[in-house]
Amino acid sequence: MSLSMLFLLLVAYALAAYWLGRRVVLGRVDGDARRLHSLPRYHGYRVALLAGLPPLVLLVLWLAFDQVVIGHLVMQSLPESMRALSEAQRSLLLNDIRNLATGNIASSAPDPALTAAVEHYRRLSRWSNMALPVLLLLVGLGGLGWGLLRVYPGLRARASVERVVHVLLLASASIAILTTLGIVLSVLFEALRFFESVPLGDFLFGLEWSPQIAIRADQVGASGAFGMVPLFAGTLMIAGIALAVAVPVGLFSAIWLAEFAGARARAWIKPLLEILAGIPTVVYGFFAALVVAPLVRGLGESLGLAVSSESALAAGLVMGVMIIPFVSSLSDDVITAVPQSLRDGSLALGATPAETVLRVVLPAALPGIVGGVLLAASRAIGETMIVVMAAGVGARLTANPLDSVTTITVQIVTLLVGDQEFDSPKTLAAFALGLVLFLATLLLNVLALYVVRRYREAYE
Amino acid sequence: MSKKKNKPLVKRRAIREAVLHGLARRRRRDRLLRLAGIGAIVLGLSFLAVMLVSLVSLGKSAFWQTHIRLELTLDPARLDPQGNGSQASLAAGDYAGVIKQALRARFPEVRKRREKRELYRLVSSGAAWALRDQVVADPELLGQRRAFWLLADDEVDQWFKHGEAGGVRLSERQRHWLESLRAEGAIDTFFNWAFFRNGDSREPELAGIRGALAGSFYALLVTLALSLPLGVAAAIYLEEFAPRNRWTDFVEVNINNLAAVPSIVFGLLGLAVFLNFLDLPRSAPLVGGLVLTLMTLPTIIITGRAALKAVPPSIREAALGIGASRMQTVFHHVLPQALPGMLTGTIIGMAQALGETAPLLMIGMVAFIVDVPQGFTDPATVLPVQIYLWADSPERAFMERTAAAILVLLLFLVLMNLVAILLRRRFEKRW
Repeated sequence: MSLSMLFLLLVAYALAAYWLGRRVVLGRVDGDARRLHSLPRYHGYRVALLAGLPPLVLLVLWLAFDQVVIGHLVMQSLPESMRALSEAQRSLLLNDIRNLATGNIASSAPDPALTAAVEHYRRLSRWSNMALPVLLLLVGLGGLGWGLLRVYPGLRARASVERVVHVLLLASASIAILTTLGIVLSVLFEALRFFESVPLGDFLFGLEWSPQIAIRADQVGASGAFGMVPLFAGTLMIAGIALAVAVPVGLFSAIWLAEFAGARARAWIKPLLEILAGIPTVVYGFFAALVVAPLVRGLGESLGLAVSSESALAAGLVMGVMIIPFVSSLSDDVITAVPQSLRDGSLALGATPAETVLRVVLPAALPGIVGGVLLAASRAIGETMIVVMAAGVGARLTANPLDSVTTITVQIVTLLVGDQEFDSPKTLAAFALGLVLFLATLLLNVLALYVVRRYREAYE
Repeated sequence: MSKKKNKPLVKRRAIREAVLHGLARRRRRDRLLRLAGIGAIVLGLSFLAVMLVSLVSLGKSAFWQTHIRLELTLDPARLDPQGNGSQASLAAGDYAGVIKQALRARFPEVRKRREKRELYRLVSSGAAWALRDQVVADPELLGQRRAFWLLADDEVDQWFKHGEAGGVRLSERQRHWLESLRAEGAIDTFFNWAFFRNGDSREPELAGIRGALAGSFYALLVTLALSLPLGVAAAIYLEEFAPRNRWTDFVEVNINNLAAVPSIVFGLLGLAVFLNFLDLPRSAPLVGGLVLTLMTLPTIIITGRAALKAVPPSIREAALGIGASRMQTVFHHVLPQALPGMLTGTIIGMAQALGETAPLLMIGMVAFIVDVPQGFTDPATVLPVQIYLWADSPERAFMERTAAAILVLLLFLVLMNLVAILLRRRFEKRW
């Protein structure tokens, strides 16, 4: 049975339970709803929740974990020699078993132990596929029976329904926490395994990055150096170029929009500028690689400069345009939040509008603007597609913006896209880089939120 | 008063002169600041305009595809090998042979093997499949001789659209043949339905966005089905029920921070948790939708809370005052007022999710997939990832397809944002 079918059936079942619950309780009081403690529909909700919620939870858990459990059971059934393999080889073996069981070709010729395991795997999958609907039905019927049998006119159905809804609301709210926890744990866990093979000091302070690891012992050109300084330098350079574009452009736009523009110009131009933030980054990447990079290169060459076709400048320029709205929108907000009395005071003393803006309004709004710039910087550091498509992959420690550099995000993508074996330092390095990225952006975000909050309190 | 006694430190006239002296400079600065502001806005908007114009000019030609007209003889001996006219028999026919024969008949001067091969290459390999589908659908065509428009190769397509600058890999002979075809009007462009009907392909003239659109659709469906209820529920809890304490402060900071975490980190989370820990299928829209859900939830929660905040407390007090429970107050009175705002936030979150690429690269949605996905667990790719894949391809014809796919993506985004704006206009209430 297909998954969507199961879900639909479950929904239909819950609807039927709602109707039944209503009917049964109304039957108890001969259709006179006034003798009930709760409205009939709350009795319906109660039965529907009892009948539908447990199977739903079971279904989700089952879907999430059945492959894990089956894989574990199959591994248990394997002979000792196979279980003694390293974790990487074991996961490869399990993959083979899966492929064989579903009729695909595996990477190694099957031996008797493997065939037995495949048979075992098939048996377990079949069992799982059959047990799931049966269990769902049992749990669902159990809930329905319980709900219908334990009903009486004085039952406080509304209170119990509201308690369940309250718990559901709370659970939804805690998903945000779980997500953060999941990010931290998954990235941290893999990164720690990476640091078992590569020392933390080498990773943080190494000047060379070449993640090619020898697969065979005699392979040449595979050094496997994991020093992230060149990546960090490249990231900072591109983000720096982006900020050099976005901060002046964004700030001057915000000043004009907030202080000089008429209401109509503002109503048109502000959303137009914000379109820049809504365009998917893959579009910017295409544009940067196809139009801007050749343009930069042509310009540079006409000036007699050697420009790489994947120059940091091109990627940085386009990224700068992308983050203009982050600077301009937040700056605009804080500039308009500066109390009018400050402006009036300054103008009354004879200052020109420009002097008022530069000497009075901007200093008052500065913390908010700094917060906006920090948020934009965090965006620039974490931006992926523009640099993947327009910047290089070769790690180079250089201060020349016309050279090609690589960034943390580019390396994460190149390390993880395509075929990789899990557990190799190469793959795990991506998680270590992810950890660095997460921490760097976290720091910037928290700092930005702190600065903005403190500023807001000053005038409220 | 004492003022009269003291002599002014500076003479009034001196002050006046000093002010007048500096005034021109100060006014100039004022103009300069205004100019700088306008210049910045013009700069940002003109970049936007240049980008859109160049995308349109690059991509518009991909919506038309070049075809070649040939007189085909639908010889039953070739196309109906079993001679019974059954579907199976018709499907096994040698349609490529019929097309080759027609090409030889059109250019009888071609004799050498190498030249023939060059001649055959003018027509796409997909033309034979299209012809087969046509004949299988309408067996009456068998035995007839009539003109068909056949899909041309991508090099021919580029040559026809862009002149000598396109089709750089065509040989002198091929250009000559094409010129003669063009002279008799046997080569023309038609609206490119295949672009919307086909999945991905290595042949640019056969590649389409249908598979990617289906993948995006399934992934977004999962995202919507999960993030709308979860986001609304979380917003309701945090805004209406949560006690104000350090824990809710922490949750709030957490959500604000999640909204700014780089998307690629969500991809790492998906790879580690959904693929490696839970063993969910790789490249599946289901997993893509889960990752996008986690990404869009903060947006939906933040806008949802703002929408709930905008509902005046008097509504709540009135409902509570006539005896509604807190749950009834929220679900019967507050939520209906806040729902348009919440939906607007959801649509904007969905638009973000539709354009997102990086996290989906991490969970293997970059595979080359020809088949159109039929469900949530089939291997699939999504529209932005398809754009990324095509942007990497060397063929010139893929470049215009990339731009065309971008135009389709932008069209969807514009539509979604329009709906959001209309919703806001229609239902926004000023209390």
